[in-house]
Amino acid sequence: MSDDRLGITGEVASGDRRNERIVTRVLQGCAAVTIATTVAIFAVLLDNAFSFFYGQRLHEAVLGATLDQRVGVVEFITGTRWAPYHAFPDYGVLPLINGTLLITVGAAFISIPIGTATAIYLSEYASERVRGVLKPTLEVLAGIPTIVYGFFAISFITPVFVRPVFETLGFSVSFYNAFAGMVVVGIMTIPMVSSISEDAMSSVPDDLRNAAYGLGATKQEVSTQVVLPASISGILASYILAVSRAIGETMAVTLAAGHRSQMTLNPFVEIQTMTAYMVQMARGEAALGTVEYQSLFAVGLVLFLMTLSMNLLNDWVKRRYREVYR
Amino acid sequence: MSAGTDTNELFGDVDLGWERLKGRAFLGFCIAASGFGVFALLLLLGDVASQAVTAVFVRDISVVRFLTESASRFPDEAGFYAAVVGSAWLMLFTVLLSFFVGVGTAVYLEEFAPDNRWKRLVEANLANLAGVPSVVYGLLVLAAVVNLTNPLSGERVGPILFAGAVALALLIMPIIIVSAQEALRAVPDSMRRGSRATGATNWQTVRNVVLPAALPGILTGTILALARAIGETAPLIMVGALLTARRAPEGPFDTFGAMPTMIYYWADRPEVDFHYLAALGIVVLLLILIAMNATAVYLRNKYETEY
Repeated sequence: MSDDRLGITGEVASGDRRNERIVTRVLQGCAAVTIATTVAIFAVLLDNAFSFFYGQRLHEAVLGATLDQRVGVVEFITGTRWAPYHAFPDYGVLPLINGTLLITVGAAFISIPIGTATAIYLSEYASERVRGVLKPTLEVLAGIPTIVYGFFAISFITPVFVRPVFETLGFSVSFYNAFAGMVVVGIMTIPMVSSISEDAMSSVPDDLRNAAYGLGATKQEVSTQVVLPASISGILASYILAVSRAIGETMAVTLAAGHRSQMTLNPFVEIQTMTAYMVQMARGEAALGTVEYQSLFAVGLVLFLMTLSMNLLNDWVKRRYREVYR
Repeated sequence: MSAGTDTNELFGDVDLGWERLKGRAFLGFCIAASGFGVFALLLLLGDVASQAVTAVFVRDISVVRFLTESASRFPDEAGFYAAVVGSAWLMLFTVLLSFFVGVGTAVYLEEFAPDNRWKRLVEANLANLAGVPSVVYGLLVLAAVVNLTNPLSGERVGPILFAGAVALALLIMPIIIVSAQEALRAVPDSMRRGSRATGATNWQTVRNVVLPAALPGILTGTILALARAIGETAPLIMVGALLTARRAPEGPFDTFGAMPTMIYYWADRPEVDFHYLAALGIVVLLLILIAMNATAVYLRNKYETEY
């Protein structure tokens, strides 16, 4: 037998080491792509949003381009009229934020109580068989494309439910209305709340439950006064995720709630969310370099900062309230 | 003193009937809440199905024509063909762009990276990326790809299909990475040690032992991620997908329309005739989604190994 077939020769070993180094570099490069994505999102949004305010992109300004104040930052943040197409345009982002928050809060009123109660039922009451059917069925709700929810809103929720019911009650309901948006966004975020909360509740050890039963607690008391507090970090995290999802939700609210930006808390009129404005703007194919085009990035930056702070809050809650059972 | 009075003294402040009623009411509320989700799902599917049935049997929209024609101003001439082809192209490039980088990242994090600050940064960043709204990915690609000047021709890159695929690939990358990580974690360490004991390097172990064992799980996760991508509308609109694609795209550098953008366009039209087309389009989209999910479940069941 020749020498190189007997075992690892020095040459083979050094070849392997070289391969190992190359592969590690390549894989590190893959991981770096994810970091680069985040950096690119930040950079692109800041760079282009800067041009919305000062006429030049941030990197051009740094390179020495002369600034030309177009929209004041204060006007953007505190203005209560958003009318980029108007002959006398106004760029106050508050009506868009108002629309987004209206939808988000309304959706939370649906997804949080229903999702939590579903999670309690799944984790505390349901038999193995019921759970095996109910859980995947609910998760289908999360897998349906949001455009389908938008269609559902305008073809069913508004004409069959919202308008007949609330017009009988004496409200005037427009075809595009925030209420339908709240309902569909609420429905699509139920599975987020229910499945994450259920995971948290299921990981509460039975000792805690048994101790409470031993003290004479009823099943309802155990669920709400023992299991719920013990799994609060996971439950809060699910709420934050659902809210974050509702803030960024686009197609369903665009179809359901419409394109009229206004400062209102009335859920039965047409409103516009930040995301709906972005869709409207992108459809219109605003020319590169116009204020309308740049406004996309200013609004996008606000949206991104809102969801980012939700994600950071989520992280913090998980760390702050985590209970470890062993 | 009888036993009855004893109990009364002990539990005098507890109204057992009231407790029972409270328990029942609470359970009823929880069941109703669980039922609401299922009810909403049935309502949604029923609404889409009934509109699609009306479209075919009452409005006499021919299914064959719907699948072979493309966008048109006239509802009775419009079809879904260009959109289906556009989505197929998009999925091809999305998976090419995201699969290797995604699995590479997962392999790096699970098999190569030392447990240091860099690894924790990458993982925290992944959680953050998963929470970024899909429109934002569209914005990123709009500025960083679509409106870039092509150095060869000196023209804007424009709203090409490839740009849409980049947006979708970035969007599903975190999903692919996390599911691939789970698949890799499911491979027991004893297999790695066995391979290392024969003198294999870390990379040889990963390539010949770990990856083959984890592949079914990785593929399942990738198909589920693609199922998410195929229904995404907002990023495609942001990069400038054609809402009225009259012909199928011929390659990655062509302009394009896709199934969800076509559905959006039809659903957004005031004429009710277009709504029926939207319903038919949704049925096609949902059938494709069901097929993708069924494939994923089949793969998982067929190749799943218990260690």
